[in-house]
Amino acid sequence: MIPAAFDYERVDTVDAAIAALRADEGAKLLAGGHSLLPQMKLRFVMPTKLIDIGRLHDLSYVHEDGGGVAIGALTRYHDLEASETLRQLAPIVASVAGQVGDPQVRHMGTIGGSVAHADPAGDMPSVLLALGATFVATGPGGMREIAAADMFPGLFQSALAGDEVLTEIRVPKTPGGWSYQKFTRRAQDWAVVGVAAVRMNGSANVSLTNMGLTPMRAAGVEEALAGGADPATAAERADEGTAPPSDSFGSDEYRRALAKVLVRRALEEALA
Amino acid sequence: MATTETFIGQPVLRKEDPELLTGHASYIDNWTMPGMLWMALARPPYVHATIDGIDTTEAASMPGVVGVYTATDFDLAPLPFVWPITEEIKVPVHYPLASDKVRFNGDAVAVVLAETREQALDAAEAVAVTATELPAVIDIEEAAKDEVIVHDDLGTNVVVHWSHGGGGDQSVFDSAPVIVQERYVQPRLIPNAIETRGCLAYGVPPVDEWTLVTATQIPHIAKVTLAGTTGIDEHKLRVIAPDVGGGFGSKLNVYAEEALALALARRLRRPVKWIEGRRENYVATTHGRGVLHDCTLAGTEDGTILGMKFVELADMGAYYQLLTPGIPELGGWVYMGPYDPKAYWFEFKGVVTNTTPTDAYRGAGRPEATYVIERLVDSFARRIGKDPADIRRMNLHPPHEDAQTSIMGLNVDSANYEPLLDKALGLVEYDKLRAEQRDRRERGDRTQLGIGLSTYIEMCGLAPSNILGALRYAAGGWDGATIECLPSGHVIVKTGTSPHGQSHETAWAQIVADGLGVSPDEITVLHGDTHSTPLGMDTYGSRSVAVGGVALHFAVEKIKAKARTIAAHELEVAEDDLEWADGAFRVKGAPDTAKTIPELAVSAWHAHALPAEVEPHLNATAVYDPPNFTWPAGAHVCVVEVDTETGATEIVRYVAVDDCGTIINPMIVEGQVHGGVAQGVAEALYEEAMYDESGNLTTSTMTQYLIPSATEIPAMTTDHSQETPSTTNPLGVKGIGEAGTIAAPPAVVNAVIDAVSHLGVTAIEKPASPERVWRAIQEAKGDGRAGASPGSEGGTS
Ligand SMILES: Cc1cc2nc3c(=O)[nH]c(=O)nc-3n(C[C@H](O)[C@H](O)[C@H](O)COP(=O)(O)OP(=O)(O)OC[C@H]3O[C@@H](n4cnc5c(N)ncnc54)[C@H](O)[C@@H]3O)c2cc1C
Repeated sequence: MIPAAFDYERVDTVDAAIAALRADEGAKLLAGGHSLLPQMKLRFVMPTKLIDIGRLHDLSYVHEDGGGVAIGALTRYHDLEASETLRQLAPIVASVAGQVGDPQVRHMGTIGGSVAHADPAGDMPSVLLALGATFVATGPGGMREIAAADMFPGLFQSALAGDEVLTEIRVPKTPGGWSYQKFTRRAQDWAVVGVAAVRMNGSANVSLTNMGLTPMRAAGVEEALAGGADPATAAERADEGTAPPSDSFGSDEYRRALAKVLVRRALEEALA
Repeated sequence: MATTETFIGQPVLRKEDPELLTGHASYIDNWTMPGMLWMALARPPYVHATIDGIDTTEAASMPGVVGVYTATDFDLAPLPFVWPITEEIKVPVHYPLASDKVRFNGDAVAVVLAETREQALDAAEAVAVTATELPAVIDIEEAAKDEVIVHDDLGTNVVVHWSHGGGGDQSVFDSAPVIVQERYVQPRLIPNAIETRGCLAYGVPPVDEWTLVTATQIPHIAKVTLAGTTGIDEHKLRVIAPDVGGGFGSKLNVYAEEALALALARRLRRPVKWIEGRRENYVATTHGRGVLHDCTLAGTEDGTILGMKFVELADMGAYYQLLTPGIPELGGWVYMGPYDPKAYWFEFKGVVTNTTPTDAYRGAGRPEATYVIERLVDSFARRIGKDPADIRRMNLHPPHEDAQTSIMGLNVDSANYEPLLDKALGLVEYDKLRAEQRDRRERGDRTQLGIGLSTYIEMCGLAPSNILGALRYAAGGWDGATIECLPSGHVIVKTGTSPHGQSHETAWAQIVADGLGVSPDEITVLHGDTHSTPLGMDTYGSRSVAVGGVALHFAVEKIKAKARTIAAHELEVAEDDLEWADGAFRVKGAPDTAKTIPELAVSAWHAHALPAEVEPHLNATAVYDPPNFTWPAGAHVCVVEVDTETGATEIVRYVAVDDCGTIINPMIVEGQVHGGVAQGVAEALYEEAMYDESGNLTTSTMTQYLIPSATEIPAMTTDHSQETPSTTNPLGVKGIGEAGTIAAPPAVVNAVIDAVSHLGVTAIEKPASPERVWRAIQEAKGDGRAGASPGSEGGTS
C-alpha cells in the first residue's frame, strides 16, 4: 500500500513534459493521479519518475470549435460536469463526467488521464468512442490527430507514443438524443457494464464499457439498427464480439445479459 | 455539583465526540516514541506450502533494517486459544510465526525491524522463502473430505464436533405433514473496522516492565494471555487500548503481531511499532461467518411449527484464534428463535481450511442462527401458501414474564414478541404494501416489490461464569467497576469494559449520575488500561451494559450505603430516618435537611469526624457476575424493489423495532441499530470474501470487496418504545450492539426472494447480488415455474 521510491518533477509546459519523458524511459506523466497513484500503491506500476502536468492550466478548457467542441486534456471531471458549453452541445460528456467515482475523484481526475489510462471499465473512453471523438497528441515532432477507432488498441493501452502528451479531445455537437446506462453495485463504483448511445445521422452510435479488453463499439447493434431493427431486436446483438471479464462484480455470462438489457434501455432513451 | 435531574433514558450528547470530531483522538497510529522501531511481517505469497528455507540476508542488508527474525529466533509459547469446546477437540498448534508450513494467505514466516515503516515493509518483501506448494483446500465441504490435510499432525480437517443434541419428539422430522428441507450458505465476511490493527510495545528495561498499546477490544484478556505467550510476568505487563476505531469482533482477539512486538521490544530494549495495512488486514485479521446449514422444519398445513433441526458445517480457517470454534457454539443456544417449537436438533462440525482463521464477527453465532431460522420460516410460509407475517404471529412464543427455560436449555429472562411484530407491520404499512405488490405483479411491472420479515431473539450479557465453565471456556464472564468520589465533587469511574465506538463514557456517566445525584459532566469514565482499570473482562457480545453497566450499579449502591452512614452521622439522625430523594439523602418529613454525595465526599476525604466504623474516602468497587444472559428481541421489516431484468435490488424502506430492555440513552441505541442494520444490509446484498482456484483471496482490496457506502444504505425507521426490563439485573438492561446485524440479513434476503417469488423463485443466497437474483429468475423461467399462479404465494389474501 506504499509506492516504490520514485523521482518527481513538475513541468510548466507541454514541451518540458515531452523532454522529460524522452529523458527517462521509466518516467510517467502525472495528471490527476487517480488512476496512476492507486496502481503505484499496489506496486502494479513502479515508475522511476513522475512528471507532474497537473498545473498545465492552459490545457484545461472547453470551447466551441467549428462543428464541434474542443476539450483540453487536463480538464477535470468536475469542470466538464459544470461546463455550460458541454451541457448544451455535448450533454452526454457533462452528464457522464458527473457519474465518475465520487466528488473527490471528480475534482482531481482529468479527461486526458482517463483516456490515456484506457481502462476498459472507464466511462469516458467509451463515451468518446460513441461520439467518434478526435484525439490530439503532441510529441517531439509536433501535433497529430488520432481517430477514436484507433485510440484504444489494447488493455490499458492507448495509441499515444511514450513521448507524447494528449493535449486535446474534440467531440461533435450532439445536443439531442443520447443515453448512458451505467450499472454499478455501489454509487461510486466503475460500471459493471456501461452503455453509451448517441443519436447520429438518424441512427445511433453505441459503445460498451467493461465488456472486453478495450472500450468498444457495439458493432452488431449498430448494424442491426442500420438495417432497420427496432431497439429491442438490435439490443439482442449487444454482446457480439465482446469478451467480458468475470470478477467479483459479475460473470461473463451475466455481463452479456446485462449488456443486452442496458443497450435496449439506452436506445429507448436516446431514440425517444 | 449535585443535581436533581435524571439522565437515564435521555439522549445525552456523547462525551466522546468533541475529541473525535476535532482530530484529537489517540488512535494507535498517533502514538510515537523516541527510538521507536517499525515492525513489518513477511507473508509469503503461498496459500499452502511446505517451507524449505527462509533467506533473510538480502532483507537484513537493506537500508534502515535493524534485524530480521524467524520463528527459531524466538522462544514464544503458542498463541492463546481459550475455548476448547469439547473434550475430543483437535487443536492445531499456532505459533506467532510459521516455520514448517504456510497454511493460508496471511501466514507470516519472518518479522523485520527497521527505522521507518517504509523500510520495514520493503525489507519484508525481500525475505526470500523457498517452499514446495501443496494443493490448497478452501471450500469447507471439500476440506471435510480430508483429501488435502491442513495440519498433518491432526490427521483430519474435521477438528471438532459439537452436538447440542435434540429436545422434544424427534419423530416429527420424519412424520410431520409438512417438511421443509433447505441448505443455506453464508459466505465468509471480512470485518473491516475503519481502523486496521496496530500496536506499540515499549518498556522500562531495568525493571523488565512492558507496556503494549494496542488497537484491541480486550486489553484485560490480552494481558493475561500475552503474559503466557511472551513469558513476561503478568504483573509486569500493562496493556492499553487507546481510542480504537471499531472492532466488530476482529479485535476481540490476541494476535501474533502483539506477541512479536512485545518480544522484540524486550529483546532490543527499544519501542517497537506495527501498523497493519488494509490489504494485510484482509488476510491477517480474523474473518467472520463462513458456515453452511442443512435445515429441516417440521410443520402442519395450517402453519404450526412443530420442530426445527439444524446441522451446520463451520469454517475455522487454518488455525483457531482466541475463540474460533466457540462462535458456532454460541449461536447454538438460540436456534428456537422467538418461536415455540416442541422439538429441535442442533449440531455442528468445525473444519480447518487454508484460509484466514474465523472468529467472532458482530453477532457471533446469533446472526448465523437467525438467518437460517428466518429463511426457513419464510420457506415454510411459501410452501403452505400463507403470509409470512401470519406464520410468525401464530408461532411466536407467548410472553416470557419471568425467566423461563427455553427448549434449548437456557433461561430467557423476559420477552414479549407479538407487540414488536405488530408495531413493525404497522410502521411499514404492511397491508398497503401487499396490495401494491399484488398490483405490480398483475401488471407485470419490470420493478417488483418485495417485503421481508425477521423476528428474532438474541442473547447478550456474556456471560454467567458458571455457564462459561460448563461450556469449557477458560475465563469468567464477570466485570468490575470502581467509583471514586473526589473532594472536588468530581467522580471517577473505572470500568472493566473497553469501548471502541459504543459510547461507554457517556452511558456509564448517565448510570452513575442518576445513582449519585451528580451531573454527567462531573463524571469521568476511565477504561481500557490494565493499570488504571485493572478489573475487567472487556467488550464483546453485547455484554458491556448488561455486565459492566450493572457492576457500576452495584458500586453505586456501595457508595450510597457508605454515604448514608456518614450523612446520618452528620445530620444526627438514624439511617432509617433518611431517604434518597431528588439526588440527596433527606430527612424524612424535613426534606430540606439533606446531604448530597459531593458534600459527603468532602467529609469522607478530610475524615475529620467520621463515624467510628467508616473508612475514609468515598470509594467502592463492585465485581458483578451475571446470574443469566439477557435476551433482547425485535422485529425488522425490509421493503425492496427488484429490477427483474438486471436483478438489481434497492431497499426502499426499512423498519427496525427492537426491545433491548431499559434504555440508558436512546440516541446511542439508535446509532447502534443504524450501524448494525447497515452492516446487516452489507452482509445481505454486498459482502463476500472470494478466492481464486489456488486459494488466493481475490476480494483483496476495498475495490473488490464490496462495502456499501452511505448511498446504498436506506433511511431507517427505528422504534424502541417497548422496553421489557431484563429480570436478570436490577437496571433492566439487555444490550443492543448486535441486534442490527442479527436481524437485518434475513429481513433483506427474504424481501429479495419475496419480490420475485411470483416468478417461481424460492431461494437466493447471501449476498443477494444482482447476478444471483438474475440467475434465480432465469432458472425459475427455465423450470417453467414463471408465471405459475401469481399471487398465490406470499399474498395476504
Ligand atoms: C475511488 C475511485 C473511483 C473511480 N471511479 C471511476 C468511475 O466510476 N469511472 C471511471 O471512468 N473512472 C473512475 N476512476 C478513475 C478516474 O476516472 C481517474 O481519475 C482517471 O481514469 C485518470 O485520470 P487522472 O487525471 O487522475 O490520471 P492519472 O492517474 O494522473 O494518469 C493516468 C494515466 O494516464 C497518463 N496520463 C495522464 N494524463 C496524460 C496526458 N495528458 N497525456 C498522456 N498521458 C497521460 C498517466 O501517465 C497515467 O499512466 C476512479 C478512481 C478512483 C480513485
